[in-house]
Amino acid sequence: MTAVDAIDLKVSHGEIFGLLGPNGAGKTTTIGCCTTRTVPTSGRIWINGVEVQEDPPQARLLIGVVPQQNTLDRACTAWENIYFHCRYFGMAAETARRRSDDLLREFKLFERGSALVRELSGGMAQRLQIARAVAHQPKVLFLDEPTAGLDPQSRLAVWELVRNMRVSGITVLLTTHYMEEADQLCDRVAIIDHGRILVNGTPAELKQSVGAQTVMEMHLSDAPASLAEGLRSLPGVEAVEQTPPGFRVYARSRDGLLPRVVEVAQGYDLRDVAVTEPTLETVFIRLTGRELRD
Amino acid sequence: MTEAALSLPTTEPQMHRASAYAHAFGGLMLRDICVLRREAAAFVVRTVMNPLFFVFVFTYVFPRIGQGFTTGSSVSFGTVILPGLMAIAIMFQGIMAVALPLAIELGVGGELFDRIMAPLPTGGVAAEKIVFSAVQSVIAAGVVFPLAYFIPSMPVHVHVSSWAFLLTVIVLAGLVSGAMGLALGTIAKPQQINLIFAVVVIPVTFLGCVYYPWALLHSVRWLQVLVLLNPLVYMSEGLRAALTPALPHMPSPVVLAALVLSLLILSWIGIRGFVKRVIS
Repeated sequence: MTAVDAIDLKVSHGEIFGLLGPNGAGKTTTIGCCTTRTVPTSGRIWINGVEVQEDPPQARLLIGVVPQQNTLDRACTAWENIYFHCRYFGMAAETARRRSDDLLREFKLFERGSALVRELSGGMAQRLQIARAVAHQPKVLFLDEPTAGLDPQSRLAVWELVRNMRVSGITVLLTTHYMEEADQLCDRVAIIDHGRILVNGTPAELKQSVGAQTVMEMHLSDAPASLAEGLRSLPGVEAVEQTPPGFRVYARSRDGLLPRVVEVAQGYDLRDVAVTEPTLETVFIRLTGRELRD
Repeated sequence: MTEAALSLPTTEPQMHRASAYAHAFGGLMLRDICVLRREAAAFVVRTVMNPLFFVFVFTYVFPRIGQGFTTGSSVSFGTVILPGLMAIAIMFQGIMAVALPLAIELGVGGELFDRIMAPLPTGGVAAEKIVFSAVQSVIAAGVVFPLAYFIPSMPVHVHVSSWAFLLTVIVLAGLVSGAMGLALGTIAKPQQINLIFAVVVIPVTFLGCVYYPWALLHSVRWLQVLVLLNPLVYMSEGLRAALTPALPHMPSPVVLAALVLSLLILSWIGIRGFVKRVIS
């Protein structure tokens, strides 16, 4: 099976780059290939001048990785997880000790330093994983679904940590299926589906590419083609799409649109109308005809 | 890569690289030592129980109640099994310290992650497991020796003519057991680990010349030939040659050659299996 097919991406130094796509789109496989865990059948990946498949140990020196599941060493304490990581990467005992203390402080885990991994909450474990991943000061940090399964507060804390990577000059490549995450956090986003990159640009560029300022979701008990025609003929309407509950209307502006839409829909049992601005989700829907979380 | 990095003389990065690998390997050892120290009590208990009770029942209780094994010579049964029990303790370290945890870690996924991502070739992570298991094996052999020496009610005759040979056998045996553990741990899925015990560990221990010297098997010729496939035989026989030379034992060069061969084969299977399991 082909999980990832002919992806061609460039991520620039210091950037926070997001791979946005539904589950099974090939995001984790892409990360696996970039981080030496998966050997691609073809293609090449370069990180800071090192070809990953040619020289995995050298590539590992340059990258920090936080995979989707909790990969902390359960036999060790929080502090030891960072300390031994530093030792694997060649730090002397004293340097590693200092680095572990500093990172625990920076990631607000210092009080839990002697706790075993199973005693940490989900949010703490994720912070510790990120702290460990950057302990050897990598050039690039890979985060695979960094906030999946976290409560809202922990999610915000992780976002904050990711933003701080910019200050440390660490390039971040993250995957997510949360469009708000991609929108809020990333300088650039690539939308991936079925192993292919569909589009890539800044969140603003991507949203502009929809070609509409307003998106209107209409819920109807019946959605005949004649109504679609009526909607399309309204001034300012760019496109109309059929959706399971009714229609999605893309329009240039929202001025005066709502009353006109309601008027046209008279007699079609209009149940609900939601007016929004285009989001990355809209971009995804425009490109694939499906929703992100299908 | 920059021009400057490309034009560096090749020896310097090579040395740099070797030292990076050595550091990573050392770090992995350090982590394992730390974890072992934390679990020292459990380590001693699991190492001591089997030989303790074995020695107690067969070499202390049996002679007193008129039961027992004859060795076909004037040598006591305690002398026969001292090297055997050390060999078994060494082999069990490979199973307990490598195979079981590895099968679980590989099954659950995740936990090995940070070690696999250490900056050395993935096979090096597997090799560290073999080496660390050997360290544990040496300690285990040291723990078992006094039990098997002091508990029997009959005198146990130990004579070490070459400490170097004894040490070589113990270290090689430890490495072989670690490699065997690695091979089993990467082959077995966590739910199969009990099956592995039944199908591999039990025949290997009972047919490992632990309780009898290999030479005495000549009356069951087919078995004597068959057990030559069992690496434990060479551990037991090697320790017999090193510790109790009065008993029949295989010639030392044969033992060493067989242990080295077992180590090569099992390491190859184990390291290959490990890399296959962690890199897709």
